[in-house]
Amino acid sequence: MADARSRFRTLLPRRSAKLVGGFAIVGAIVLFAILGPLIAQPPRDSDNASLQQPSAEHWLGTSKLGYDVFSQLAWGTQGSLMIGLVAGIIALVLAVVFGVLAGYFGGFADEALSLFTNIMLVIPGLPLVMVIAAYVQRSEGLGDFARSSVLVAIVLGITGWAGSAVVLRAQAKSLRSREYVAAARVAGEKAWRVIFVEILPNLVPLLAAQFIFGIIFAILGEAGLSYLGLGATGSITWGTMLNDAQTGQAVGTGAWWWFVPPGAMIAALGAGLSLINFAIDEVVNPKLRLAPENARKVRRAARAGVGVTETGVIA
Amino acid sequence: MRDIRQRAGILEAQHLVKDFRLRDGVRLSTLHAVKDVSFSLEPGRTVALVGESGSGKSTIARMMAKLETPSSGRVIIDGKPSADRGRGLAQYRRDVQMVFQDPFGSLNPFHTIRHHLERPLRIHHPGWSSSQVRNHAHELLERVQLTPASRFADRRPHELSGGQRQRVAIARALAPGARFIVADEPVSMLDVSIRLGVLNLLADLQREERLGVLYITHDLATARHFSDEILVMLRGEIVERGPSDRVILDPQHEYTKTLLDAAADPENLGMLRDEVRNGG
Repeated sequence: MADARSRFRTLLPRRSAKLVGGFAIVGAIVLFAILGPLIAQPPRDSDNASLQQPSAEHWLGTSKLGYDVFSQLAWGTQGSLMIGLVAGIIALVLAVVFGVLAGYFGGFADEALSLFTNIMLVIPGLPLVMVIAAYVQRSEGLGDFARSSVLVAIVLGITGWAGSAVVLRAQAKSLRSREYVAAARVAGEKAWRVIFVEILPNLVPLLAAQFIFGIIFAILGEAGLSYLGLGATGSITWGTMLNDAQTGQAVGTGAWWWFVPPGAMIAALGAGLSLINFAIDEVVNPKLRLAPENARKVRRAARAGVGVTETGVIA
Repeated sequence: MRDIRQRAGILEAQHLVKDFRLRDGVRLSTLHAVKDVSFSLEPGRTVALVGESGSGKSTIARMMAKLETPSSGRVIIDGKPSADRGRGLAQYRRDVQMVFQDPFGSLNPFHTIRHHLERPLRIHHPGWSSSQVRNHAHELLERVQLTPASRFADRRPHELSGGQRQRVAIARALAPGARFIVADEPVSMLDVSIRLGVLNLLADLQREERLGVLYITHDLATARHFSDEILVMLRGEIVERGPSDRVILDPQHEYTKTLLDAAADPENLGMLRDEVRNGG
């Protein structure tokens, strides 16, 4: 349907430097995660000499156990992105359930759902994740699953939704009182259809922003967990690489090629996703779009010697 | 008491009361928005509900459209109490539809005009095929004079003017095949120049379909022009009711007289200006 596409077009962020930059960074990292493992040697191959400097043979050197760091980075990128994606989706679904349903139904449902959301919100995040992760990994009967990155993603997902739920609840409450929602009810629409067809499409920019926030939160959380030794020891992520580097005393031995790449990747992905998020924010709140341009105008005027500056009126 | 056969085809509000509980910190207070209001709508007749902002007119509209539950009192349709849920409510919605005040707020900015018309058609005629639904949606657009229908159907609300949107809202209210329309200040948000067009359209449709219309407004002039009966509301109560000409020409209640004096009247033109100039 042609009009379906045009309907979504108005929800898409305008092409701006932020959006292009963000997509370039994130796209490069995703491409690396897909293509890297195809060209790199197996990440657990320890036949290499240990602690080699970067060279033509080992682009990012080797670790203390003789692993190729480039190969580890390629697989680690894949692992971290998977965790981010899975945790982001879980957090988004929970945020929609708790936030949008509370906001739409109001009354007792709202009280109960927001109470739970607020409890999740005030519990300090990382310690809770650590407790749950440690508990789940020690419980019996999980087998390999207990060491898998999927489990870490699930734990991060079910602890990372509360902030988004608060935002979505407020927005859903506001949309609920719009007349088009009342009109849909008068037309005879069922509650779930009002929520998913009338309200949710108008929340798309907000959902996208919350999803990206969830991914950043999960990837940082996973890195933190793995660094503390509570992560997915069965798989390779940026966090487990950092943990290995730490236990292998990479900093003490000056093996910068071991810990700088995963750290730089975390920083780059965080920056890229945040840039996309800023671009989405400008869709939600068009005033933000004008702010940088206005600031530029004021600066230009000040340089030209007209207008008002901090020091006073010039012209 | 009229017997049930006579009351078939009549929508009645019986002793409607709506109280809102307001919470200000820990203190609770009660706002009596509507106090014991009764009236009946008959096919082919228009009843105007006139009053100032906050007099409870919109609350009555929302209760008639089943968006609010009355604190007490009943809505009776065809002599039987109306249902609040399930199949009964679906049947009620087929019979009673509403046109909202704000044409900019009552259409979902995300969806096309087609969606707004096809949804009620699908809900209330589950047996229809897609092409039947589509044809009926086009027919509805033509009946509210949005032609050619195919050009309007795929547009989205923000591409239409206020008057065009309100026509879409009227078409949507007609879609389920309603016998009664609650029009909550349908033209108050429109430019003065296009109000008459929308009201005339509503009146034409009413005549053709023999609709019972509850026309809610604060404008006595259009109330007299378009309705058979006028109810004047003040702070949740109906203070005066009667045939429209009688209410306008021979008002009994003080408040009705005040309303009439406040209305723009060609004879009073320039009076305010003179008052300001001379009175100092």
